[in-house]
Amino acid sequence: MTTPLTQGDISAEIADEREAYAKRVADGAPVENHPSRGYAPYRSSVLRHPKQPLVAVNGDPEAVELTGPAFGVTDITAFDHDLTRQHHGEPLGERIKVTGRILDREGRAVRGQLIEIWQANASGRYAHQRDDHPAPLDPNFTGVGRTLTGTDGEYEFVTIKPGAYPWRNHVNAWRPAHIHFSLFGTAFTQRLVTQMYFPGDPLFAYDPILQSVTDESARARLVAAYDHDLSTPEWSLGYRWDIVLDGPAATWIEEGR
Amino acid sequence: MSLAPTPSQTVGPFYGYALPFAKGGDIAPTGHPDTVTVHGYVYDGAGLPIPDAIVEVWQPAPDGSRTGAPGSLRRDPVKGEIIGRDGVAFTGFGRIATDADGHYVIRTLPPGGAPYLSLIVFARGLLHHLYTRAYLPELTDPTADPLLASLSPERRDTLLATPDTGSAPGVLRFDIRLQYDGVHEETVFLAFD
Ligand SMILES: [Fe+3]
Repeated sequence: MTTPLTQGDISAEIADEREAYAKRVADGAPVENHPSRGYAPYRSSVLRHPKQPLVAVNGDPEAVELTGPAFGVTDITAFDHDLTRQHHGEPLGERIKVTGRILDREGRAVRGQLIEIWQANASGRYAHQRDDHPAPLDPNFTGVGRTLTGTDGEYEFVTIKPGAYPWRNHVNAWRPAHIHFSLFGTAFTQRLVTQMYFPGDPLFAYDPILQSVTDESARARLVAAYDHDLSTPEWSLGYRWDIVLDGPAATWIEEGR
Repeated sequence: MSLAPTPSQTVGPFYGYALPFAKGGDIAPTGHPDTVTVHGYVYDGAGLPIPDAIVEVWQPAPDGSRTGAPGSLRRDPVKGEIIGRDGVAFTGFGRIATDADGHYVIRTLPPGGAPYLSLIVFARGLLHHLYTRAYLPELTDPTADPLLASLSPERRDTLLATPDTGSAPGVLRFDIRLQYDGVHEETVFLAFD
């Protein structure tokens, strides 16, 4: 029988990964904005990442991936962005508004594109058959939202703050509260699936999924800002989270060149 | 201007109410005679199928247009449920969650002006999605395509969909292997900068 993996084991690995990254950067390696797919402290990654280097498809203006799918009003309904109004009753929990802008790395607004979110309820339980965390389900909360970005790339969701939840990466592993985001840019190369975190969460340091982003400033970009001006009196608290999509796009189409 | 990008995070295991949608792999208009079926399994480094992966597909329309069209996730305006495509418009986009066997199926029309379907793989355990391409044999000249020509034959073969022996014509097999399992070559995954 193998010894159960403790938080101490995982935290030591997280520290080692961070040290190795700091040394790479000090030696002149580029900043890493995304997690390494082979980040071992997240144990599920071990058999699920390629070991061969990715093959670069650069400078091919004909690459299909430089364009991407389109979404429109038929893909969305009016209630999709408000996760608190999708059932007959009100969900339990702390009502929040999450808003921000989607830009590409050139700083251009991503307009009219689809954002999808999903999250646990206030107790840290997903409305999913395979979530067996013994926390209550909320009959008034599915935890799924969609919206299209506006002309300035802006989006807004109304939801409740998700709870932290346990998982089985190691003994006593807990995910910090987070909302899963799925985003499309103007090109398939800009596709992004990520997670938004809440400021000041005491679980950050223990979580190998957040810590898989070894660069400190990159990691900070996954954390929303509490914005008191977005809080609505007697109603909800407000968070701002701006998102920058990586990857090139076929701008000659958009600009009609 | 160059902004620092927002990092990727894994899709995790609980996307089920959010991402998959009805007829997500049925990109071809209903009953279209030119329909090709591309199907396969997503495998991990132990050679085991991955039952909680998501495959997305993007491709040009048969006429070569690359603008796509809305309507992949069309909604029932009364109940709000996703009813999927209208069976006529070609949106160019598909999304399929692998089933309990790690299997996915795409039914589509051959892309115009490009010999491949562009694929993205997401999965629990995968911290950043992966791009690959399923090249369709009838459209592909492996020596002329710059990407295929740059690869060794073993690596190149991982990008070629193959006629599925024993199946009807127009049925192609394309397995995706996230990692070398000791026997089978790891699929070629792509980077765009
Ligand atoms: Fe989660």
